[in-house]
Amino acid sequence: MSLSRPGGAVAGLMLLLTLGTLGAVAWRAEYASGLARADWAAIRFTVWQAVLSAVLSVGLAIPVARALARRAFRGRSLLVTLLGAPFILPVVVAVMGLLTVFGRRGVVSEGLGTLGLPPLDIYGPWGVVLAHVFFNLPLATRMLLQGWLAIPAERFRLAAALGAPVGRLLERPMLRSVVPGALLVIFLICLTSFAVALILGGGPRATTVELAIYQSLRFDFDLGRTALLALCQFALCAAAAALAFGVTVPDGMGGGLDRVVMRWDGSRWLDALWIGAATLFLMAPLLAIAWRGIGSWPDMPPTVWAAAGRSVAVALISAALAMAFALALALRPGPLATLAGVLPLAASPLVVGTGLFVLVYPFVPPGAAALPVTALVNAMLAVPFGVRVLAPAVAQAEAVHGRLADALGLSGWRRLRVVLLPRLRRPLGFAAGLAAAISMGDLGVIALFAGPGEATLPLEMYRLMGSYRTEAAAGAALLLVSLSLALFWVFDRGGRVAEV
Amino acid sequence: MLKCSDLRIEQGDFRLEADIEVGEGVTAVIGPSGGGKSTLLAVIGGFLEPVSGRIEVNGRDLGGLAPFERPVAQLFQDGNLFPHLTIAQNVALGIAPKLSKNPEQDARVTNVLARVGLEGHGNRRPGGLSGGQQSRAALARVLVQDKPLVLLDEPFSALGPGLKAEMLVLAKEVLAADGRTLLMVTHDPTDAERVAGQVLLVAEGKVTGPHDRATLFADPPDALRDYLGD
Repeated sequence: MSLSRPGGAVAGLMLLLTLGTLGAVAWRAEYASGLARADWAAIRFTVWQAVLSAVLSVGLAIPVARALARRAFRGRSLLVTLLGAPFILPVVVAVMGLLTVFGRRGVVSEGLGTLGLPPLDIYGPWGVVLAHVFFNLPLATRMLLQGWLAIPAERFRLAAALGAPVGRLLERPMLRSVVPGALLVIFLICLTSFAVALILGGGPRATTVELAIYQSLRFDFDLGRTALLALCQFALCAAAAALAFGVTVPDGMGGGLDRVVMRWDGSRWLDALWIGAATLFLMAPLLAIAWRGIGSWPDMPPTVWAAAGRSVAVALISAALAMAFALALALRPGPLATLAGVLPLAASPLVVGTGLFVLVYPFVPPGAAALPVTALVNAMLAVPFGVRVLAPAVAQAEAVHGRLADALGLSGWRRLRVVLLPRLRRPLGFAAGLAAAISMGDLGVIALFAGPGEATLPLEMYRLMGSYRTEAAAGAALLLVSLSLALFWVFDRGGRVAEV
Repeated sequence: MLKCSDLRIEQGDFRLEADIEVGEGVTAVIGPSGGGKSTLLAVIGGFLEPVSGRIEVNGRDLGGLAPFERPVAQLFQDGNLFPHLTIAQNVALGIAPKLSKNPEQDARVTNVLARVGLEGHGNRRPGGLSGGQQSRAALARVLVQDKPLVLLDEPFSALGPGLKAEMLVLAKEVLAADGRTLLMVTHDPTDAERVAGQVLLVAEGKVTGPHDRATLFADPPDALRDYLGD
């Protein structure tokens, strides 16, 4: 069997999951009365917050990345690694951390109170933007840092020898090539924001399209409106993705960021200020979660532990499926596989889940389908990241060993087992870790369809927050982030240890 | 004139001491691999800090000065030109680091390009020139900088033997002729024989010299025998 054949099937599956489920929702809709004023407001807010979040994330990342690129200090390597953490941090945990620091009863508000100033209120549009910057500033920093480290060290040396302006000569050309791609990636991530809007947003001023889809399904079960909103979201994402084809999209997940390039310009104190401020902004919410959560574990209700077990099971299944799908697509280079690999970025997970329910409902009772559907949707969401990691690794393995494999007649499953899989252990481990962590933290489809006794840990935590059981919620948050990081570490480490 | 007084350089386990005075003309810096030749130039050029000691050029103390503030022009082993600037812009950086020139400076750039045989190539980018032409362009920038000390850290090592010899002779003609002091790191004894009357020997943690090149090569110390291939 040719190695590229499963890729065709997986590409078809991605099309079915993204566009087919949308079609299923539209098919079951009894009517579609068009978009209401609130829906247009949601579209406007979605674009506004995505643009602002991208601009702020990248704008603030520039001085931080520059400072990291030119300063060596103890703990730099750990800090750069931790910059990858918010990417796999469960959204609900991070939002809780932000509330602990920046909320009305948070640390910052208490400080403001001592100065006689009113407390901060991060519920609403600005809270949504703040949370998005929290999540995406680290990613933007890593992408820009890669750009800085790609500038040959000799050019900085030459500029120092001549007193030439480093910014104008070297940094600005690099930023012109890297910043557009970084802006687009973050814009795309923020376009489909759900959990942040669910917890911090809502109302006419702070509802995203994904949140509007959730409300339409949960409160009105208006499939027609849901389908229309999903189409709008698809169109927005497709437009952003089309723009992305014309720019270089930097890789924020890659390694090689440990290097520091010797520089003879820039203020050491200013760089320290930027690095310190960014570290504080990113670490304070996480430390607040750890601080509050540690003492709460003994008091957590049994439902939390049961939810944790469900989350881990769903995450493992999700990761396995995501890797199978991503590997199949990576083994089939070509426009169809490329498209299938990015389509999930544009799809609404809530619509995909709803469409799946619509499709399976005649055969499977809804109560039995919540967790399997969640696992499948989470796997779909992780496929773009998996393909991005695995496709270059497959190409590299083929470039190095392909001719020998052909000469020895190794094809199909034998080629995969003997030639490719040993070379893919490390990227597979990393990608599986990412998929598992993303699934652990997901609060999407499960929020719509979970019945009693079916909640995953993020949903259980959200319910605890909603019923003001904040201490138990803090304990659940610490458990959730610990499990997410543990799963990532196990898979990533496993891949490194097994590396040939 | 270059003077290094009680200079001590430390990098990890590596140690180097220098107490030397070098006058006008071309002085080759030779010695075994890993001995510290390029490190010595990096310290003089301001890219590394010495642990102690003093560096003077024509009586001026270089301590605390940034690389571009020093009366030192440098050619490195690679990366001597910005690939996204034209040759004229690269050369102009030697007199106008902020890239805003006046007509007089433009004329100087044109003259110096002609002097190194690159007349008419000012609007081309380095990628469109041969290796030898790129070396001439880098040399032109050093020439236009008009600094009394020039450090050459094997800048022509990527060229073929004939072209390298041609560049070394050209460098000596255009740079040393103006009364500059040239320090040239080289791994090739023939380079030293071709253009240098004096040598600094960097070996066993010490910089000694300047020695007369012919005398030293005729009766080399043990540390130099391997370098010379004896």
